[in-house]
Amino acid sequence: MSKLAPTPGQTVGPFFGYALPYDGGADLVPTSHPGAIRLHGTVYDGAGDPIPDALVEIWQADETGCVPRVPGSRSRDGWTFTGFGRVAVDPDGHYSFTTVRPGPTEEGAAPFFAVTVFARGLLHRLLTRAYLPLDAGAVAADAFLSSLPEDRRGTLIARADEQGLVFDIHLQGDDETVFLSYGDD
Amino acid sequence: MGKSTTPWRRYGRKVTENQQPSPPAADPDSASASQMDINAEIAAIAKDYDPQTAPETQPRLDYAPYRSSLLRHPTKALQHADPETIELYTPVFGQRDIGAAESDLTIQANGEPVGERIVVTGRVLDGDGRPVRHQLVEIWQANAAGRYIHLRDQHPAPIDPNFTGVGRTITDGDGRYTFTTIKPGPYPWKNHHNAWRPAHIHFSLFGTDFTQRLVTQMYFPGDPLFALDPIYQSILDPVARDRLVATYDHNVTQHEWATGYNWDIVLTGSHPTPMEEN
Repeated sequence: MSKLAPTPGQTVGPFFGYALPYDGGADLVPTSHPGAIRLHGTVYDGAGDPIPDALVEIWQADETGCVPRVPGSRSRDGWTFTGFGRVAVDPDGHYSFTTVRPGPTEEGAAPFFAVTVFARGLLHRLLTRAYLPLDAGAVAADAFLSSLPEDRRGTLIARADEQGLVFDIHLQGDDETVFLSYGDD
Repeated sequence: MGKSTTPWRRYGRKVTENQQPSPPAADPDSASASQMDINAEIAAIAKDYDPQTAPETQPRLDYAPYRSSLLRHPTKALQHADPETIELYTPVFGQRDIGAAESDLTIQANGEPVGERIVVTGRVLDGDGRPVRHQLVEIWQANAAGRYIHLRDQHPAPIDPNFTGVGRTITDGDGRYTFTTIKPGPYPWKNHHNAWRPAHIHFSLFGTDFTQRLVTQMYFPGDPLFALDPIYQSILDPVARDRLVATYDHNVTQHEWATGYNWDIVLTGSHPTPMEEN
Protein backbone atom coordinates (compact mmCIF):
# COMPACT_ATOMS: atom_id res chain seq x y z
CA MET A 1 0.00 0.00 0.00
CA SER A 2 1.36 3.40 -0.85
CA LYS A 3 2.22 5.54 2.11
CA LEU A 4 0.30 8.71 2.77
CA ALA A 5 2.37 11.72 3.73
CA PRO A 6 1.72 12.95 7.26
CA THR A 7 -0.11 16.14 8.05
CA PRO A 8 2.42 18.60 9.48
CA GLY A 9 2.21 19.83 13.04
CA GLN A 10 1.88 23.47 14.08
CA THR A 11 2.41 25.23 17.37
CA VAL A 12 -0.23 24.91 20.06
CA GLY A 13 -0.06 28.72 20.26
CA PRO A 14 -0.86 30.89 23.27
CA PHE A 15 -4.61 30.32 23.52
CA PHE A 16 -4.99 26.60 24.28
CA GLY A 17 -5.69 27.26 27.93
CA TYR A 18 -9.48 27.29 27.66
CA ALA A 19 -9.57 24.33 25.26
CA LEU A 20 -7.12 21.57 26.18
CA PRO A 21 -6.66 21.50 29.97
CA TYR A 22 -9.59 20.04 31.88
CA ASP A 23 -10.62 19.41 35.47
CA GLY A 24 -8.83 16.37 36.81
CA GLY A 25 -6.36 16.29 33.93
CA ALA A 26 -3.41 16.23 36.32
CA ASP A 27 -4.89 13.62 38.64
CA LEU A 28 -4.43 10.12 37.24
CA VAL A 29 -5.19 8.88 40.75
CA PRO A 30 -6.54 10.69 43.81
CA THR A 31 -3.89 11.83 46.28
CA SER A 32 -5.48 9.35 48.72
CA HIS A 33 -4.52 6.42 46.49
CA PRO A 34 -2.08 4.23 48.46
CA GLY A 35 0.52 4.32 45.68
CA ALA A 36 0.03 7.98 44.78
CA ILE A 37 3.13 9.98 43.92
CA ARG A 38 3.71 13.43 42.55
CA LEU A 39 5.42 13.76 39.16
CA HIS A 40 6.33 17.39 38.69
CA GLY A 41 8.87 19.74 37.20
CA THR A 42 9.48 22.97 35.37
CA VAL A 43 9.63 23.62 31.62
CA TYR A 44 12.55 25.91 30.71
CA ASP A 45 13.61 27.82 27.60
CA GLY A 46 17.12 28.28 26.25
CA ALA A 47 17.79 31.25 28.52
CA GLY A 48 17.01 29.11 31.54
CA ASP A 49 13.73 30.95 32.12
CA PRO A 50 10.56 29.03 32.92
CA ILE A 51 8.02 28.84 30.09
CA PRO A 52 4.62 29.98 31.38
CA ASP A 53 2.57 28.77 28.42
CA ALA A 54 3.46 25.12 27.92
CA LEU A 55 1.28 22.03 28.12
CA VAL A 56 2.56 18.65 29.31
CA GLU A 57 0.95 15.26 28.73
CA ILE A 58 1.92 11.88 30.15
CA TRP A 59 0.93 8.37 29.11
CA GLN A 60 1.95 5.43 31.23
CA ALA A 61 1.42 1.86 32.34
CA ASP A 62 -0.07 1.13 35.75
CA GLU A 63 1.98 -0.04 38.72
CA THR A 64 2.07 -3.61 37.43
CA GLY A 65 3.21 -2.63 33.93
CA CYS A 66 -0.21 -3.12 32.32
CA VAL A 67 -1.21 -0.66 29.64
CA PRO A 68 -4.64 0.83 30.46
CA ARG A 69 -7.25 0.33 27.73
CA VAL A 70 -10.17 2.16 29.27
CA PRO A 71 -11.80 5.53 28.48
CA GLY A 72 -12.46 8.26 30.98
CA SER A 73 -9.29 10.40 31.04
CA ARG A 74 -11.42 13.51 30.45
CA SER A 75 -14.14 12.47 32.89
CA ARG A 76 -12.39 10.69 35.71
CA ASP A 77 -14.47 8.60 38.08
CA GLY A 78 -11.80 8.48 40.80
CA TRP A 79 -11.50 4.70 40.58
CA THR A 80 -10.34 3.88 37.07
CA PHE A 81 -6.71 4.29 36.07
CA THR A 82 -6.65 5.46 32.44
CA GLY A 83 -2.90 6.14 32.15
CA PHE A 84 -3.24 9.56 30.53
CA GLY A 85 -2.75 12.96 32.08
CA ARG A 86 -2.64 16.50 30.74
CA VAL A 87 -1.83 19.72 32.53
CA ALA A 88 -0.86 23.27 31.62
CA VAL A 89 2.13 24.72 33.43
CA ASP A 90 1.49 27.48 35.97
CA PRO A 91 2.85 31.04 35.55
CA ASP A 92 6.18 29.78 36.91
CA GLY A 93 6.43 27.10 34.23
CA HIS A 94 5.72 24.36 36.74
CA TYR A 95 3.55 21.31 36.12
CA SER A 96 2.41 18.65 38.56
CA PHE A 97 0.66 15.29 38.15
CA THR A 98 -0.69 12.94 40.81
CA THR A 99 -0.12 9.42 39.58
CA VAL A 100 1.54 6.09 40.30
CA ARG A 101 4.93 4.71 39.35
CA PRO A 102 4.65 2.84 36.07
CA GLY A 103 5.70 -0.79 36.18
CA PRO A 104 7.94 -2.30 33.49
CA THR A 105 6.06 -3.11 30.28
CA GLU A 106 8.82 -5.23 28.82
CA GLU A 107 11.19 -7.77 30.32
CA GLY A 108 14.39 -5.98 31.32
CA ALA A 109 13.30 -2.55 30.08
CA ALA A 110 13.42 0.35 32.50
CA PRO A 111 9.97 1.81 33.22
CA PHE A 112 9.16 5.33 32.07
CA PHE A 113 6.39 7.84 31.54
CA ALA A 114 5.89 8.80 27.87
CA VAL A 115 5.88 12.61 27.86
CA THR A 116 4.67 15.09 25.25
CA VAL A 117 5.47 18.80 25.43
CA PHE A 118 3.61 21.61 23.66
CA ALA A 119 4.25 25.36 23.95
CA ARG A 120 3.77 28.65 22.25
CA GLY A 121 6.96 29.10 20.21
CA LEU A 122 7.37 25.36 19.76
CA LEU A 123 6.36 24.59 16.18
CA HIS A 124 5.83 20.85 16.63
CA ARG A 125 5.24 18.82 19.77
CA LEU A 126 8.22 17.15 21.38
CA LEU A 127 8.17 13.58 22.62
CA THR A 128 10.38 12.32 25.40
CA ARG A 129 10.50 9.84 28.29
CA ALA A 130 10.71 10.37 32.03
CA TYR A 131 12.38 7.28 33.50
CA LEU A 132 12.06 6.32 37.13
CA PRO A 133 15.30 6.86 39.10
CA LEU A 134 17.85 4.23 38.09
CA ASP A 135 21.23 3.12 39.28
CA ALA A 136 24.18 2.93 36.90
CA GLY A 137 23.73 -0.80 36.41
CA ALA A 138 20.11 -0.40 35.36
CA VAL A 139 21.02 2.38 32.94
CA ALA A 140 23.69 0.20 31.38
CA ALA A 141 21.23 -2.67 31.09
CA ASP A 142 18.64 -0.60 29.23
CA ALA A 143 19.22 -0.73 25.48
CA PHE A 144 17.89 2.76 24.78
CA LEU A 145 19.41 4.65 27.71
CA SER A 146 22.81 3.07 27.20
CA SER A 147 22.70 4.13 23.53
CA LEU A 148 22.62 7.81 24.54
CA PRO A 149 25.72 9.94 25.10
CA GLU A 150 26.65 9.56 28.74
CA ASP A 151 26.34 13.25 29.53
CA ARG A 152 22.77 13.43 28.22
CA ARG A 153 21.19 10.31 29.74
CA GLY A 154 20.47 12.09 32.96
CA THR A 155 18.02 14.46 31.26
CA LEU A 156 15.59 11.55 30.88
CA ILE A 157 15.80 10.26 34.42
CA ALA A 158 13.51 11.71 37.06
CA ARG A 159 14.96 12.35 40.49
CA ALA A 160 13.23 11.49 43.72
CA ASP A 161 11.96 14.11 46.12
CA GLU A 162 9.87 13.76 49.27
CA GLN A 163 6.59 13.68 47.32
CA GLY A 164 7.64 11.53 44.42
CA LEU A 165 9.54 12.45 41.29
CA VAL A 166 10.93 15.60 39.69
CA PHE A 167 11.31 15.78 35.93
CA ASP A 168 12.38 19.16 34.55
CA ILE A 169 12.16 19.77 30.82
CA HIS A 170 14.69 22.01 29.06
CA LEU A 171 13.69 22.83 25.49
CA GLN A 172 17.15 24.28 24.82
CA GLY A 173 20.47 24.96 26.52
CA ASP A 174 23.23 23.12 28.35
CA ASP A 175 20.77 20.79 30.04
CA GLU A 176 18.63 20.34 26.92
CA THR A 177 16.36 17.35 27.37
CA VAL A 178 16.81 14.47 24.96
CA PHE A 179 13.79 14.54 22.64
CA LEU A 180 12.82 11.55 20.61
CA SER A 181 12.03 10.59 17.04
CA TYR A 182 10.51 7.26 16.18
CA GLY A 183 11.77 7.34 12.63
CA ASP A 184 8.48 7.99 10.89
CA ASP A 185 8.26 11.76 10.88
CA MET B 1 -2.60 43.35 1.67
CA GLY B 2 -4.70 46.44 1.17
CA LYS B 3 -3.24 49.88 0.80
CA SER B 4 -0.55 51.09 3.13
CA THR B 5 -0.96 54.81 2.74
CA THR B 6 -1.66 56.00 6.25
CA PRO B 7 1.11 58.11 7.77
CA TRP B 8 1.30 55.70 10.69
CA ARG B 9 2.10 52.77 8.46
CA ARG B 10 4.62 54.72 6.41
CA TYR B 11 6.29 55.79 9.62
CA GLY B 12 6.52 52.23 10.84
CA ARG B 13 8.15 51.07 7.66
CA LYS B 14 10.51 54.03 7.35
CA VAL B 15 11.89 53.56 10.82
CA THR B 16 12.54 49.92 10.14
CA GLU B 17 14.29 50.67 6.86
CA ASN B 18 16.67 53.07 8.58
CA GLN B 19 17.58 50.57 11.25
CA GLN B 20 20.01 47.73 11.09
CA PRO B 21 18.18 44.43 10.77
CA SER B 22 17.07 43.71 14.29
CA PRO B 23 19.03 40.87 15.91
CA PRO B 24 16.43 38.14 16.34
CA ALA B 25 17.80 36.89 19.64
CA ALA B 26 17.57 40.28 21.34
CA ASP B 27 13.96 39.89 22.43
CA PRO B 28 11.84 37.10 21.04
CA ASP B 29 8.64 39.07 21.62
CA SER B 30 9.75 42.59 20.80
CA ALA B 31 7.68 42.84 17.59
CA SER B 32 10.29 45.21 16.19
CA ALA B 33 10.70 43.80 12.69
CA SER B 34 8.51 44.86 9.79
CA GLN B 35 6.57 42.48 7.59
CA MET B 36 9.17 43.17 4.89
CA ASP B 37 11.94 42.05 7.25
CA ILE B 38 10.03 38.87 8.03
CA ASN B 39 9.28 38.24 4.34
CA ALA B 40 12.99 38.57 3.58
CA GLU B 41 13.90 36.09 6.31
CA ILE B 42 11.24 33.66 5.10
CA ALA B 43 12.50 33.98 1.51
CA ALA B 44 16.15 33.47 2.50
CA ILE B 45 15.36 30.22 4.31
CA ALA B 46 13.07 29.03 1.51
CA LYS B 47 15.79 29.70 -1.07
CA ASP B 48 18.09 27.19 0.59
CA TYR B 49 15.45 24.50 0.73
CA ASP B 50 15.63 21.85 -1.96
CA PRO B 51 12.52 19.67 -2.06
CA GLN B 52 14.29 17.27 -4.44
CA THR B 53 16.69 15.95 -1.82
CA ALA B 54 14.59 14.95 1.18
CA PRO B 55 11.22 16.68 1.40
CA GLU B 56 10.57 17.98 4.90
CA THR B 57 7.14 16.97 6.12
CA GLN B 58 7.18 18.84 9.43
CA PRO B 59 7.85 22.44 10.43
CA ARG B 60 11.39 23.51 11.26
CA LEU B 61 11.60 23.80 15.01
CA ASP B 62 14.41 26.32 14.58
CA TYR B 63 12.67 28.97 12.51
CA ALA B 64 13.78 32.49 13.40
CA PRO B 65 11.02 34.36 11.50
CA TYR B 66 8.73 32.98 14.22
CA ARG B 67 10.40 34.90 17.03
CA SER B 68 8.95 32.88 19.89
CA SER B 69 10.75 29.79 18.57
CA LEU B 70 14.21 31.27 19.17
CA LEU B 71 14.62 30.08 22.74
CA ARG B 72 12.12 27.26 22.52
CA HIS B 73 13.58 24.88 19.96
CA PRO B 74 15.98 22.06 20.74
CA THR B 75 19.42 22.65 19.25
CA LYS B 76 20.39 18.98 19.30
CA ALA B 77 19.04 16.43 16.84
CA LEU B 78 16.10 14.34 17.94
CA GLN B 79 17.32 11.01 19.27
CA HIS B 80 16.03 7.94 17.50
CA ALA B 81 14.12 5.54 19.72
CA ASP B 82 12.40 2.28 18.96
CA PRO B 83 8.94 2.55 20.42
CA GLU B 84 8.46 0.44 23.53
CA THR B 85 5.18 -1.12 24.62
CA ILE B 86 3.51 1.91 26.18
CA GLU B 87 4.30 4.00 23.10
CA LEU B 88 2.63 1.48 20.82
CA TYR B 89 -0.69 2.15 22.54
CA THR B 90 -2.65 5.31 22.97
CA PRO B 91 -5.14 6.61 25.51
CA VAL B 92 -8.67 5.37 24.95
CA PHE B 93 -11.42 7.98 24.79
CA GLY B 94 -15.14 7.42 24.56
CA GLN B 95 -18.40 9.31 24.44
CA ARG B 96 -18.14 9.83 28.20
CA ASP B 97 -15.07 11.98 27.57
CA ILE B 98 -16.98 14.58 25.57
CA GLY B 99 -20.17 16.56 26.03
CA ALA B 100 -23.27 15.78 24.00
CA ALA B 101 -23.25 18.90 21.81
CA GLU B 102 -19.55 19.62 21.74
CA SER B 103 -19.16 18.93 18.01
CA ASP B 104 -21.51 21.84 17.24
CA LEU B 105 -19.87 25.07 18.34
CA THR B 106 -22.91 27.11 17.27
CA ILE B 107 -25.32 25.70 19.88
CA GLN B 108 -23.29 25.94 23.07
CA ALA B 109 -24.94 29.15 24.31
CA ASN B 110 -28.43 30.54 24.50
CA GLY B 111 -28.13 32.42 21.23
CA GLU B 112 -26.61 32.05 17.79
CA PRO B 113 -22.99 33.12 17.32
CA VAL B 114 -22.30 35.80 14.73
CA GLY B 115 -20.50 34.90 11.53
CA GLU B 116 -20.36 32.51 8.63
CA ARG B 117 -21.65 29.09 9.71
CA ILE B 118 -19.47 26.28 8.34
CA VAL B 119 -19.23 22.50 8.53
CA VAL B 120 -15.70 21.06 8.73
CA THR B 121 -15.39 17.33 8.22
CA GLY B 122 -12.71 14.82 7.32
CA ARG B 123 -11.09 11.55 8.23
CA VAL B 124 -8.22 10.82 10.59
CA LEU B 125 -5.96 8.25 8.93
CA ASP B 126 -2.63 6.56 9.53
CA GLY B 127 0.14 6.45 6.94
CA ASP B 128 -1.39 3.38 5.32
CA GLY B 129 -4.73 5.10 4.93
CA ARG B 130 -6.38 3.15 7.72
CA PRO B 131 -8.99 5.07 9.69
CA VAL B 132 -8.23 6.06 13.28
CA ARG B 133 -11.50 4.90 14.80
CA HIS B 134 -13.30 6.13 17.91
CA GLN B 135 -10.58 8.56 18.84
CA LEU B 136 -10.72 12.04 20.38
CA VAL B 137 -10.50 15.16 18.20
CA GLU B 138 -10.35 18.55 19.93
CA ILE B 139 -10.52 21.97 18.29
CA TRP B 140 -10.29 25.60 19.37
CA GLN B 141 -10.45 28.80 17.40
CA ALA B 142 -11.08 32.54 17.29
CA ASN B 143 -14.56 33.87 16.63
CA ALA B 144 -15.69 35.53 13.39
CA ALA B 145 -14.03 38.79 14.46
CA GLY B 146 -10.68 37.11 15.12
CA ARG B 147 -10.98 37.13 18.90
CA TYR B 148 -10.28 34.24 21.24
CA ILE B 149 -12.19 33.91 24.48
CA HIS B 150 -8.80 33.43 26.18
CA LEU B 151 -7.96 36.16 28.71
CA ARG B 152 -4.56 36.69 27.18
CA ASP B 153 -6.11 37.72 23.86
CA GLN B 154 -6.28 41.49 24.09
CA HIS B 155 -7.11 42.08 20.41
CA PRO B 156 -9.73 44.87 20.46
CA ALA B 157 -12.29 42.92 18.49
CA PRO B 158 -15.64 41.93 19.97
CA ILE B 159 -16.08 38.83 22.08
CA ASP B 160 -19.14 36.86 20.98
CA PRO B 161 -21.12 35.84 24.06
CA ASN B 162 -22.56 32.95 22.08
CA PHE B 163 -19.27 31.48 20.94
CA THR B 164 -16.52 29.87 23.01
CA GLY B 165 -14.66 28.46 20.02
CA VAL B 166 -14.04 25.08 21.70
CA GLY B 167 -15.21 21.77 20.23
CA ARG B 168 -14.68 18.04 20.77
CA THR B 169 -15.80 14.88 19.09
CA ILE B 170 -14.97 11.19 18.76
CA THR B 171 -14.24 9.85 15.27
CA ASP B 172 -16.72 7.32 13.92
CA GLY B 173 -15.94 3.81 12.69
CA ASP B 174 -14.64 5.28 9.44
CA GLY B 175 -12.29 7.68 11.24
CA ARG B 176 -14.54 10.62 10.38
CA TYR B 177 -15.02 13.75 12.45
CA THR B 178 -17.53 16.53 11.77
CA PHE B 179 -17.78 19.94 13.41
CA THR B 180 -20.30 22.71 12.86
CA THR B 181 -18.75 26.05 13.70
CA ILE B 182 -18.23 29.66 12.62
CA LYS B 183 -15.49 30.61 10.18
CA PRO B 184 -12.77 32.22 12.30
CA GLY B 185 -11.38 35.63 11.42
CA PRO B 186 -7.69 36.45 10.98
CA TYR B 187 -6.14 38.18 13.97
CA PRO B 188 -3.13 40.33 14.80
CA TRP B 189 -0.26 39.06 16.91
CA LYS B 190 3.00 40.43 18.21
CA ASN B 191 5.59 38.50 16.22
CA HIS B 192 6.45 41.63 14.24
CA HIS B 193 4.90 44.96 13.37
CA ASN B 194 1.47 44.55 11.73
CA ALA B 195 1.63 40.76 11.94
CA TRP B 196 -1.60 38.89 11.14
CA ARG B 197 -2.32 35.19 11.37
CA PRO B 198 -4.27 33.56 8.55
CA ALA B 199 -7.65 32.32 9.76
CA HIS B 200 -7.25 28.87 11.27
CA ILE B 201 -8.74 26.23 13.53
CA HIS B 202 -6.45 24.47 16.02
CA PHE B 203 -6.74 20.67 15.99
CA SER B 204 -5.52 18.19 18.61
CA LEU B 205 -5.36 14.53 17.56
CA PHE B 206 -4.49 11.13 18.93
CA GLY B 207 -3.64 8.13 16.78
CA THR B 208 -3.40 4.45 17.56
CA ASP B 209 0.13 4.94 18.96
CA PHE B 210 1.11 7.63 21.42
CA THR B 211 3.98 8.60 19.10
CA GLN B 212 1.37 9.79 16.57
CA ARG B 213 0.19 12.57 18.88
CA LEU B 214 -0.41 15.69 16.81
CA VAL B 215 -1.42 19.29 17.42
CA THR B 216 -1.77 21.37 14.29
CA GLN B 217 -3.80 24.09 12.58
CA MET B 218 -6.25 23.88 9.68
CA TYR B 219 -6.34 26.80 7.27
CA PHE B 220 -8.85 27.98 4.67
CA PRO B 221 -8.15 27.91 0.92
CA GLY B 222 -6.80 31.01 -0.80
CA ASP B 223 -5.87 32.97 2.32
CA PRO B 224 -3.80 36.00 1.25
CA LEU B 225 -1.91 35.89 4.57
CA PHE B 226 -0.21 32.52 3.88
CA ALA B 227 2.87 34.10 2.30
CA LEU B 228 3.27 36.48 5.24
CA ASP B 229 2.83 34.03 8.09
CA PRO B 230 6.00 32.58 9.66
CA ILE B 231 4.08 29.81 11.43
CA TYR B 232 2.62 28.47 8.19
CA GLN B 233 5.90 29.10 6.33
CA SER B 234 7.88 27.17 8.95
CA ILE B 235 6.91 24.12 6.91
CA LEU B 236 9.39 24.67 4.12
CA ASP B 237 7.98 22.20 1.66
CA PRO B 238 5.10 23.86 -0.24
CA VAL B 239 3.39 20.53 -0.86
CA ALA B 240 3.62 19.63 2.84
CA ARG B 241 2.24 22.94 4.11
CA ASP B 242 -0.60 22.77 1.61
CA ARG B 243 -1.75 19.69 3.55
CA LEU B 244 -2.91 22.06 6.27
CA VAL B 245 -5.35 23.80 3.92
CA ALA B 246 -8.92 22.50 3.86
CA THR B 247 -10.82 22.10 0.60
CA TYR B 248 -14.11 23.80 -0.05
CA ASP B 249 -16.54 20.94 -0.71
CA HIS B 250 -19.99 21.68 -2.06
CA ASN B 251 -21.07 18.18 -1.10
CA VAL B 252 -20.47 19.15 2.52
CA THR B 253 -22.26 22.47 2.11
CA GLN B 254 -25.81 22.29 3.45
CA HIS B 255 -28.76 23.90 1.69
CA GLU B 256 -29.62 27.27 3.22
CA TRP B 257 -27.57 26.44 6.30
CA ALA B 258 -23.76 26.25 6.11
CA THR B 259 -20.85 26.11 3.70
CA GLY B 260 -18.67 23.02 3.90
CA TYR B 261 -14.99 22.20 4.08
CA ASN B 262 -13.21 18.88 3.93
CA TRP B 263 -9.90 18.23 5.65
CA ASP B 264 -8.36 14.79 6.08
CA ILE B 265 -5.58 14.35 8.62
CA VAL B 266 -2.81 11.77 8.22
CA LEU B 267 -0.87 10.82 11.33
CA THR B 268 2.72 9.67 11.15
CA GLY B 269 3.68 6.17 10.22
CA SER B 270 1.86 2.94 9.66
CA HIS B 271 1.14 1.11 12.82
CA PRO B 272 -0.85 -2.07 13.10
CA THR B 273 -3.68 -1.65 15.53
CA PRO B 274 -2.62 -3.46 18.70
CA MET B 275 -4.64 -6.54 19.42
CA GLU B 276 -7.34 -5.86 21.94
CA GLU B 277 -6.97 -7.99 25.03
CA ASN B 278 -10.66 -8.30 25.64
